[in-house]
Amino acid sequence: MSAMRIFTGVIGRDLRLALRHGADTLGAALFFVLTGALFPLALGPSPELLARMAPGVIWVCALLAALLPLDRLFGAEQEDGSLDQLMLLGLPPSLIGLAKMTAHWLTTGLPVLLASIPMAIMLGLPAATLPVLLAGLLPGTLVLSLAGGMAASVVLGARRGGVLLPLLVLPLITPALIFGAAAVDSARSGLNWVPDLELLWAFLAGALPLCPLAAGAGLRAATE
Amino acid sequence: MLLTGPNGAGKSTLLRTLAGLRRPDGGRILWDDEDMTEDRTAHGRRIGWLGHQDALKPGLTLLENLRLSANGAKPEAALRAFDLDSLADLPARMLSAGQKRRSALARVLLADAPLWLLDEPSVGLDQVSVGQLGVAMAAHRAQGGIVIATTHVPLPLAGAIPFSLAGSPADSPAETGEYVA
Repeated sequence: MSAMRIFTGVIGRDLRLALRHGADTLGAALFFVLTGALFPLALGPSPELLARMAPGVIWVCALLAALLPLDRLFGAEQEDGSLDQLMLLGLPPSLIGLAKMTAHWLTTGLPVLLASIPMAIMLGLPAATLPVLLAGLLPGTLVLSLAGGMAASVVLGARRGGVLLPLLVLPLITPALIFGAAAVDSARSGLNWVPDLELLWAFLAGALPLCPLAAGAGLRAATE
Repeated sequence: MLLTGPNGAGKSTLLRTLAGLRRPDGGRILWDDEDMTEDRTAHGRRIGWLGHQDALKPGLTLLENLRLSANGAKPEAALRAFDLDSLADLPARMLSAGQKRRSALARVLLADAPLWLLDEPSVGLDQVSVGQLGVAMAAHRAQGGIVIATTHVPLPLAGAIPFSLAGSPADSPAETGEYVA
């Protein structure tokens, strides 16, 4: 019994669950598209203004959409006793956390990433900046899943964990928001956008080893 | 070993501690003369766990629910042991309480672990199923496996060491799960 097999097994189980509950799964991506679609209605149809706001709007919406399914990520496992079974699979808790974070990204981050393309076109973002947006959202959504999964495991067992969750995640994720939106802005105004993206990827490189470790400790504490 | 004691005596807590889910407040738990809290991940592989809850996802079929714990092992024999083979492809939400409990027991069987920790395994089971549970436990013990079960009703576990927890959280001795098969 190899650890890799259990790891992919946990991800596979989560994906299968996500497919069975399609409405719940699409909820985050739908939320992303709908909130984005509200901005032109509220701000007026000026193409200038919308293109100017597009990077920020897309990033904020992506962030909020990724938050939606977070409190069920481990919460559902704990409620029905599955968390105990997961912890006894013989996989280190940090890898259990990483597997769940990966599943979260595949079911939320990836759909949001794909939905950001029509959203960017809808908001009138110049086509040339689209690759920069995607190159920023890719590490951005990954960091969201990592930091979000970590926070979700920390608030596990706390009452009103769902309220606490955004309070924990949003401050952690603001650097990604700032540099991600700034990169698209720079690209739009013809400035150098490479450093912003590099910082984002560096942020991901830091979160990748740290967040699963913290999540593992959170899961251990939650089963105590 | 049969763990008995009034509600709140700490039976489940003791089981969780033996599983390594919970850190002992004091003392040590030895497995082959090694402190199992040193490597709780490795200890997890030795355990077939049946908690209060059946840990079944309503959206997945019975077979899909058990696949993760089976880790590649063929589930047919375990399903047959609890008379579940005809239900294997039904979503877990369509199973009755007793069928869910039997599914959770089949998962213990599938885990192929030496130490079974069963928290009130007979809850919700009919007489026939309790008999099947008895057969499964006897087979496990015959292979040198250990069964530690909490219960309020008699379980078909012949010759098991009875261990009763007092109602008060006094210093109860932390015994190691040792018994002769």
